[in-house]
Amino acid sequence: MERQQDYVLRTVEERGVRLVRLWFTDVLGQLKSFAISPAELETAFDEGMHFDGSAIDGFSRVQESDVLARPDPNSFELLPWSSEDGNSARMFCDIESPDGSPFEGDSRQVLRRNLDRAHDRGYSFLCAPEMEFFYFADGNPNTAPEPLDTASYFDLTTADVAGNIRQRTIHMLEAMGIPVEYSFHEDSASQHEIDLRYTDALSMADNVMTFRLVVREIAMEHGAYATFMPKPLAGQQGSGMHTHLSLFEGDTNAFYDADDPYKLSTVGKSFIAGLIRHAPEITAVTNQLVNSYKRLIIGYEAPVFVSWARNNRSALVRIPVTKPGKASSTRIEYRSPDPACNPYLAFSVILAAGMAGVEGGYELPPEAATNVFEMTDQERKAAGLRALPQSLAEALDEMEHSELVAETLGEHIFEWFLRNKRSEWADYKSHVSQFELSRYLPNW
Amino acid sequence: MEPLLLFPDPAPPELAQALDLGGYPWKPVTDDRAAERQEPPDGWAGAVVCADVDPETAFAVCRTIRKRDVPLEPLLLLISGTQLGELELRDDLFDDFLLTPFHPRELEARLKHLFWRTGRGTRPELIEYRDLVLNLETYQAAISGRPLDLTYMEYELLKFLAAHPGKVFTRETLLSRVWGYDYYGGARTVDVHVRRLRAKLGEEHANLIQTVRSVGYSFGQSRWSS
Repeated sequence: MERQQDYVLRTVEERGVRLVRLWFTDVLGQLKSFAISPAELETAFDEGMHFDGSAIDGFSRVQESDVLARPDPNSFELLPWSSEDGNSARMFCDIESPDGSPFEGDSRQVLRRNLDRAHDRGYSFLCAPEMEFFYFADGNPNTAPEPLDTASYFDLTTADVAGNIRQRTIHMLEAMGIPVEYSFHEDSASQHEIDLRYTDALSMADNVMTFRLVVREIAMEHGAYATFMPKPLAGQQGSGMHTHLSLFEGDTNAFYDADDPYKLSTVGKSFIAGLIRHAPEITAVTNQLVNSYKRLIIGYEAPVFVSWARNNRSALVRIPVTKPGKASSTRIEYRSPDPACNPYLAFSVILAAGMAGVEGGYELPPEAATNVFEMTDQERKAAGLRALPQSLAEALDEMEHSELVAETLGEHIFEWFLRNKRSEWADYKSHVSQFELSRYLPNW
Repeated sequence: MEPLLLFPDPAPPELAQALDLGGYPWKPVTDDRAAERQEPPDGWAGAVVCADVDPETAFAVCRTIRKRDVPLEPLLLLISGTQLGELELRDDLFDDFLLTPFHPRELEARLKHLFWRTGRGTRPELIEYRDLVLNLETYQAAISGRPLDLTYMEYELLKFLAAHPGKVFTRETLLSRVWGYDYYGGARTVDVHVRRLRAKLGEEHANLIQTVRSVGYSFGQSRWSS
């Protein structure tokens, strides 16, 4: 580690960095940050920086609330937006208890732990999410969201603005070492998609955190508002975070088998079987908002039923067709997550579900050959198709009984998450919505 | 800077890695005859000789490069603790010695000091390739005068590649020589970092790092070709 730290210290000096931002993530996946001066850097590396963990969601415990943020020098990156008082840089932190052990409330350490586990079995876990989001004129929650590129006035001009924002965002992401695979305008008005190029899951979770910040920051620069809310507009496609997954053993793609009709190895098949069996339990983590479940409905490109297929976008797990000879690109696409998740926890439970299949030698159920949305309830029942949880409450019920999720997240985060989300659901349940007023008030 | 002579060939991986990280170019030789035959036109910059496995050949190599009109300096000898007796009456064959297994930092510190004391060249401070400059002292890289904002591993990868222009490296080689430890991403990590480096180098310089199909990567062109 010493050389990496030396690199950071020298770069800070050489490049005139005035502020070093230490980033970390709370249990719900909100980016938190505090800034230190270069003079404090060495202490931060050697001893970590103390802060009161009870200020952070999910960090509080009854007895001890003091925790240590220890910056990860490998994540050091100069921030491409400069402020008046010079350059600034950021590092992601691991959170430790005062005794130096990994802090149980730190979701980055949860992912680290799960990656280490897979690593001990010889696997590297790579992922590549497709990030969808909307640009709106502003973020005012009291008025209906106004898409940027269907404004009737100056239609063309505003459409250009969204394109410009996206271009600049991509430029900024690349400058921060987050390569972009594709980007395009999505189905809905003002909806955009930026696909990130695969990397190891820990770097990718860091990238997702950076991505959400950059997208919002650049939108703000242009006087617009970007949101990762899963379903901001009723009647239109919601925003998903379809995530492509692969396991590598050294240089070999563990999902690939040239002799299989699906080009899938036994490991690949049992990984999918693991996702299929445990999908309902992990959905509260991959889709953590009340609003997430308004996206997971029939009629859109979001999955509703637990199924897998090659060419069927209604499936929960899709096997993208790869070009002949491209063994390394064999992968699995998991389609339920949305971009409002905590990526550290989401990647953790997805990996754990898949690995449970690999270790338990799960049998892969048959492929869903037809569009599962077009089947009748009875046909689905006959085919043994289960539905994903229909609401946050159902998802929490599934999660509460899951050994797998409890073990993956650790007792502290598992309990805190359930408690926090139950209370979110209780708030929602007690709310009387416009739908109810419009529907019932005139008639009852 | 000319390469350091390194004995034996193949070089012990931990030694190769320590020298790479320290920014010293090097070339392994199999025996005393190879030490002469493969000497670069401007002479070796110095020598690091490991005598812990095959002391006989190792001392033969030392003799060849020291017993001549202008003895080669500096020469750092690596021996195991049980061999200390063999140093007797051989003081003229080396400038300093280091016990194996060695600590990379100690190796670097001793080499640095030897170069300073013998006044024969110093630690290379710059790696230059066309518009690209890497300052090894300050860890900064710039292309056409524009500073590059690199992460530590991006910097290390670029440094390694730029120090060996024209040479093709496999992903495994890059992973073991640049990363040197097990990394979550495995061999695919190299692709990810190359992609990131190219993005940061910018469009007009992105082709400095070439993909060699079904092999790996290479950087620029060898100074000897064309």
